[in-house]
Amino acid sequence: VAPWRVGIQTGNLLITDVSCFTLFQVTMSRQLHARRLEGIDKNIWVEFTQLAADYKAVNLGQGFPDFSPPAFIQEAFCKAVGGGCTMHQYTRAFGHPPLVKILAKFFGRVLGRDIDPWEDILVTVGAYEALFCSFQALIDEGDEVIIIEPFFDCYQPMVKMAGGTAVYVPLRPVSSGMALSSADWILSPEELEGKFTPRTKAIVINTPNNPLGKVFQKEELQVIADLCVKHDVVCISDEVYEWLTYDGAKHVKIASLPGMWERTVTIGSAGKTFSATGWKVGWAVGPRRVMTHLKTVHQNSIYHSATAAQEAVAVGFQREYDCFGTKESYLKQLPEMLHHKRLRLAQCLQSVGLQPILPQGGYFMIADISSLSDAQDEPYDYRFVKWLIKEKGLATIPVSAFYSPEHQKDFQNYIRFCFVKENATLNAAEEILKQWNIRELK
Amino acid sequence: MTVAPQALRRCAAAWRLSGRSPAPPCSCSAVRMATFRHKNAKRIEGLDKNVWVAFTSVAADPTVVNLGQGYPDVPPPSYVKEGLAQAARVDRMNQYTRGFGHPSLVKALSQVYGTVCGRQLDPFKEILVTVGGYGSLFSCMQALVDEGDEVIIIEPFFDCYVPMVRMAGAKPVLIPLRPKSGMKTTSSSADWVLDQEELASKFNSKTKAILINTPNNPLGKIFAREELQAIADLCIKHDTLCFSDEVYEWLVYRGHQHVKIATLPGMWERTVTIGSAGKTFSVTGWKLGWSIGPEHLVRHLQTVWQNTLYTCPTPLQEAVAQGLQKDFQRMGRPDCYFSSLAAELEAKRDRMAGILCSAGMAPVVPEGGYFMIADVTALNQDLSHMQEDEPYDYRFNKWMIKEKKLAGIPMTAFCGDDTKRQFEKYIRFCFIKQDATLDAAEAILKNWSQQTSV
Repeated sequence: VAPWRVGIQTGNLLITDVSCFTLFQVTMSRQLHARRLEGIDKNIWVEFTQLAADYKAVNLGQGFPDFSPPAFIQEAFCKAVGGGCTMHQYTRAFGHPPLVKILAKFFGRVLGRDIDPWEDILVTVGAYEALFCSFQALIDEGDEVIIIEPFFDCYQPMVKMAGGTAVYVPLRPVSSGMALSSADWILSPEELEGKFTPRTKAIVINTPNNPLGKVFQKEELQVIADLCVKHDVVCISDEVYEWLTYDGAKHVKIASLPGMWERTVTIGSAGKTFSATGWKVGWAVGPRRVMTHLKTVHQNSIYHSATAAQEAVAVGFQREYDCFGTKESYLKQLPEMLHHKRLRLAQCLQSVGLQPILPQGGYFMIADISSLSDAQDEPYDYRFVKWLIKEKGLATIPVSAFYSPEHQKDFQNYIRFCFVKENATLNAAEEILKQWNIRELK
Repeated sequence: MTVAPQALRRCAAAWRLSGRSPAPPCSCSAVRMATFRHKNAKRIEGLDKNVWVAFTSVAADPTVVNLGQGYPDVPPPSYVKEGLAQAARVDRMNQYTRGFGHPSLVKALSQVYGTVCGRQLDPFKEILVTVGGYGSLFSCMQALVDEGDEVIIIEPFFDCYVPMVRMAGAKPVLIPLRPKSGMKTTSSSADWVLDQEELASKFNSKTKAILINTPNNPLGKIFAREELQAIADLCIKHDTLCFSDEVYEWLVYRGHQHVKIATLPGMWERTVTIGSAGKTFSVTGWKLGWSIGPEHLVRHLQTVWQNTLYTCPTPLQEAVAQGLQKDFQRMGRPDCYFSSLAAELEAKRDRMAGILCSAGMAPVVPEGGYFMIADVTALNQDLSHMQEDEPYDYRFNKWMIKEKKLAGIPMTAFCGDDTKRQFEKYIRFCFIKQDATLDAAEAILKNWSQQTSV
């Protein structure tokens, strides 16, 4: 039977072939995707990592080390892999027993309190999943979540996916001109207080902050804590860079402030702690009453995290527990190593006419490019970053990606560099920056 | 209610700061001030209970022979373990990889499944790597199931299906497999079938998807082509999606064939097929799985993924990629792990069936998978002294763990409330266990009647 041609009008598309007719018949006629996905499909990493790869750029963009994790942790993983059968089968869903036990001990000592390994800790697939579980467990339709800008980009879509409304409050540089350190970017307590409403369910803080590198001081956290207690709000504290502080800046855990343990979920990351981002082991620590809900989300979404990686992280933490504060501690060595890279990159950026904001902590540094700006449709920093990748082969990340739609236009003059890179990479970046006479662009 | 000393001290401090004096003895209202008023989000209401939480700790007692939770106690193939050890030594393998799936893994998956399905698969658009089959199921639900939708689930079902549907705000609609009409006892999982009229009646305009699992956990049924065709016809007629959980796809015993519903006419466009490295390579602790389907469906799963976990562990993905490459070369040959594991398990299956019989239980021999259910009715075990409100199989399993030191999983964990009576005389046993474990189980089962107290 010869195929007969059929004309079917559907919107602007005219299908004229019978094989297409069959295809049309089987395509869903109603909305395919769930409403919870509305507006959360875009993702900066998908776009920019592809671009960096396509142009084989020197990559100071995405935040991962390009040097190896410390030998002791790699050995721990190899040992786990070579271990008995149980290393390759399911372990306890809420966290491998050796890992939750050492995390409870380790952070119990840091916080000065007894942490129950079985009730107060949930091991997750990266800090990312800990964030996801927190929002899914605690945020309902109509709840408001305060997010401090600039923020790690996933907070906003995660709040949205949970049906919540993000309410933004920006860190701002104190008085124009000389805001040369991340410490110079602060919240206005009045502005912050104004963001709390009867619908506020949670506030997300990130210290040390990505992308800015700010390490919130105790007084700054106290202001936030007072508001949390006053308005009975949960605090989700993303502390993945907790060990990376420089120049004597001290990381303070908001959960240690009075009245805060009971209402704080503190999130950490083995990937950032041990320079092994590809292992995807993270955790959430908090009071049982709150953690039980994160566990319910976890058991109905992922259920188990990989066993061998958890075993290796447990071994790593045991070692760090034993040598904490001594010069053998990787938690001390890593910030010392990065301290120099941070200064080096800052000097290099300065010498070529870009204005870096020296971070007190974390993996990243932002640089002010407003001396070179003009006005166009796409945010300036996005255009600049794309140009930098394509024309100069250097990958960075536009900082306005870490801002809300309403504040993006005020913060499109910064680009983010990751300095957790081996010297060869930083050398290559330096070469590019030095050859390029930025002053010519003005 | 008792109040922790720290809470009391904080209450007193808070009262002092508030300027009210004197601080009263810590009353309930003062504690409420320090107490977090917010409760859990509605989406997880009632989803906290879980059969595994109930039974895994009990069975962890080393004196208990554990045929409960479904994981092997036999080692994974050595080349798979070595692949992981090698991957971990490569610096780049310890850092983030591509979010939707490590390139070498998605390419290997597209090769294997492209061959199996007889179509070209785009590794970047038609595949998503997830944390276990579990992660794929979750992504399907969150991506494609909305509040108010209905999702049809066939009983007995892997227990997470219902809570995942509910967490997506949708309604689970259950339909049981039943022994073929006229059969009082069944000896094979093939004897359990769906009633076609009953199945058709479950579809309506709210039905967004049907979730099928073949080979089935816990029953071990492999849906025959005609059975899948009947489901496919209804999917097409009612324009619904199909989520096909095929994690046990390689564990198919002689005389049976695994059929992928996505390969039936009109089904590729509406099906997401789920697979698992854990079940394929006996490495459940690696927690890697995948979703395969048309771009217009998979891209929504990818959106969920980038907002939940984003990336799976790199070295594990690299190792699975290498394992798949290796076995892809050997596909169809007896030394291919996909076939050799099934051959090894068939012997264990038959042995398990034999020893269950010797205890007086009536096993239902599975066509696939690594579980077997057994009817314990004939044992006539009186459990009236135990907790009345629990189904018989829960009580039997607890009694069996305590008295016989043998653990299974109660079958009613895998069904809805309405079908509990139908399933409460069955216990599920896992037989992907080393010989020593099966020997120990045999010793218990063969001596069953001798040890039973009157």
